Amino acid sequence: MEYTFLQQYWWFIVSLLGGLLVFLMFVQGANTMIFPIGRTEEERSLIVNSTGRKWEFTFTTLVTFGGAFFASFPLFYSTSFGGAYWLWVLILISFVFQAVSYEFQTRAGNILGRNTFRVFLVINGYLGPFLIGTAVATFFTGADFLVDKNAIGDGLSPVISRWGNGWHGLEAVADIWNVFLGLAVVFLAQVLGSLYMINNIDDRTLSGRLRKSLPVSAVLFLVFFLTFMVRILTGQGYAVADGKVFLEPFKYWHNLVQMPVVLAVFLIAVVAVLYGIIKTVVCSGYRKGIWWTGAGTVLAVLSVFLLAGYNGTAYYPSTADMQCSLTIANSCSSLFTLKTMTYVSFIIPFVLAYIAYAWWSMDRRKITGKELAATDDKY
Amino acid sequence: MTEAALIDWSRAQFALTACYHWLFVPLTLGLAVIMAVMESVYVVRKDEFWKKTARFWQKIFGINFAVGIATGIILEFEFGTNWSNYSWFVGDIFGAPLAIEGILAFFMEATFVAVMFFGWDKVSKRFHLASTWLTGIGASISALWILVANGWMQHPVGMEFNPDTVRHEMTDFWAVVTNPVAVTKFFHSVLSGWMTGAVFVIGVSCWYLLRKREQRFARTSIRVASIVGIVGALAVMFTGDSSAVHVAKYQPMKLAAAEGLENGGTRAPFSIVPGIEIPGMLSILATHDIDGYVPGINDLLDGYVTPEGVVGLSAEARKERGDIALDAFRAYRENRDSDPQAAAEARKVLEENVEYFGYGYIRDKEELVPPVGMVYWPFRLMVGLGCFLLLMMAVVLWLELKGRIVKHRWLHWVAVFSIPLVYIAGQCGWIVAEVGRQPWAIQDLLPVSAAVSSLSVGSVITTFCIFVAVFTLFLAIEIRIMLKAIAKGPQAEEQTR
Repeated sequence: MEYTFLQQYWWFIVSLLGGLLVFLMFVQGANTMIFPIGRTEEERSLIVNSTGRKWEFTFTTLVTFGGAFFASFPLFYSTSFGGAYWLWVLILISFVFQAVSYEFQTRAGNILGRNTFRVFLVINGYLGPFLIGTAVATFFTGADFLVDKNAIGDGLSPVISRWGNGWHGLEAVADIWNVFLGLAVVFLAQVLGSLYMINNIDDRTLSGRLRKSLPVSAVLFLVFFLTFMVRILTGQGYAVADGKVFLEPFKYWHNLVQMPVVLAVFLIAVVAVLYGIIKTVVCSGYRKGIWWTGAGTVLAVLSVFLLAGYNGTAYYPSTADMQCSLTIANSCSSLFTLKTMTYVSFIIPFVLAYIAYAWWSMDRRKITGKELAATDDKY
Repeated sequence: MTEAALIDWSRAQFALTACYHWLFVPLTLGLAVIMAVMESVYVVRKDEFWKKTARFWQKIFGINFAVGIATGIILEFEFGTNWSNYSWFVGDIFGAPLAIEGILAFFMEATFVAVMFFGWDKVSKRFHLASTWLTGIGASISALWILVANGWMQHPVGMEFNPDTVRHEMTDFWAVVTNPVAVTKFFHSVLSGWMTGAVFVIGVSCWYLLRKREQRFARTSIRVASIVGIVGALAVMFTGDSSAVHVAKYQPMKLAAAEGLENGGTRAPFSIVPGIEIPGMLSILATHDIDGYVPGINDLLDGYVTPEGVVGLSAEARKERGDIALDAFRAYRENRDSDPQAAAEARKVLEENVEYFGYGYIRDKEELVPPVGMVYWPFRLMVGLGCFLLLMMAVVLWLELKGRIVKHRWLHWVAVFSIPLVYIAGQCGWIVAEVGRQPWAIQDLLPVSAAVSSLSVGSVITTFCIFVAVFTLFLAIEIRIMLKAIAKGPQAEEQTR
């Protein structure tokens, strides 16, 4: 009982981190707009410096998401990272280029020149959210892997998790539904990026352009996201009962109906996301959309993850052998480790509190062109 | 069968990432302390000069910091991408420190580094100072948890094997955290970072003295850095001594390789270079007793008995116990659903032999000997350079306190050329630690051949080449930007508009 609770608790924490990560990808979304929205050097500098003071949160959340997944569901970490090798390597490389691009872009002697580093930011802005969205979609569409724990007894080739094809994760991009979620995350990141910049930067021209482009990203996001959700909710899902995995029609729809709290969270999330967007588009002076849409995003992603993992569902289905699918019960850490990590997780509110305080202290005054012109403390 | 090339390339990739990561991390750890001390003086004395001094080193810190983050994320995920079996087999223990590192340390660094860089005009002096310290503390806490993880691989404690889940499971968190190997490793590594930061600051400052510029800035920086560096160096020596005792106890093959000791015994000599030895010194270092027994490579392979009667099993005997453990594991898995009694018996045999589990994967006893030259020489370089750098910093501090530092141009050159040396020393330390423990991913429990992911060699070679190119590019850019920033100096405007 306690073990089951802790598995669910940790799936919740991982899901929450996933939600926070997608919200924080406003950094990536904003970076896709460096060139089309920022037309002068001053405008581009404003965009880069606005996201440049937040990118480390996104990056750290990505790392912590990985670390928390490792600690709580190590079989996913070993199976997916070792198997979908190229998918994860590409995600990492795009983030690695992003990490150095802020610091290096305006420094004298940076060899590649300012715009090259900004192009790296743009590439990460598209590729990061797209590939992460694609990877998350495989929680529903499945992946081509086998797990055989007996293999460790094979002295010559003791490999527990094997990938079923030589593409090692790249095949995920060939599945149209994975691509749909990937694109949905790209456009959601753009929506969040626009709302964040509207809030964070004091510049009428930029704000005007952002408000104009926002509905386009929002509509594209909704089209891709809702199509993906309709496909998931009306299609078959991987259910688990008595340790056996089987296909169940309308599995995720059933999950939604059978877990009214998740349904409620999902609906509240959708309303919050839309409210933030619509109010920003309609009211020209309104700047707080990021908080509504951001909170909605966290809740939406959270509920999508919960749909994938709770209520007797295999969160990482194997298309090679259904019985190898990962569930929160068969892939998690031991009771002792989950318990220990649970004590550690009580620190999270404290961490969030100091982040909020530091964020508030730094953002009390919005970024302006004047400020950037007067300071050396910038990218 | 797992291909040898796959294992080698996977190891090469991990080594590459770790070596590059350790180019950037020690400077972060060391500069963090130095600039925080400088900013503290500014806040206390309210002297703008100290603010300018601290800010210059913070700029340098910033250039270096991002690349450390970039290489670090790859390192964390490589446990999963390239060492998939490892990640399941010990993920129950190993994952926790990584997650705690993220929650406790990375957010602290990420939050306060932004305040430190951009908050000078936005937050109060005290909040800014706290942020500078917290950035450094965050980096050190991060080092703590990753070294707890690394220490556990060298000396696994606080766990037991569960044949039902086919992994080691944590049973004692405090044993993992207070693992003596981890504690020593933490202080040894972090304080070597202080040395790196200090030698870097002294070297750059001496370059200014050579150029006859920024004299007050340079001398002040030298004063702060050499004190931090000497404290670091002394602590590194002290923890290095504890480290030797731990290695002798838990990883005797690593010690034998580091010493090139073929045949051991009591009053074992310490080799300075081949042919020059100090009699009995190795016994003193390894056991704190001149009559202490230190086994050599042949003793460890053929088996030995110490004068106190402690028996060291031969490699063949260990392999035999490993084979028994693997056989028992297979028998347990085959029978656990059908024949509970046979399963219980197999489990008992497994438990009796589980400490040799990893030896079941070893085909030839020669695999148990790490490449001696790659451990022996880096160890000598590390120790030799460490002593030289301590001496250099002591001389620099002494002359600075006497007010004569400016005159001694030869010393300025020595200090400038010490910068690459401190990096070589740090790299050598990790080579000794990691090459010396081969073939083990986890000491005695899992060799690298059984830890590796099932990938094509081509994939790993490709990512290896990509990482070589990317990291080298980043390093080249970082060095060039740093040189430009240093050339412009603390007084100048650094950024291009």
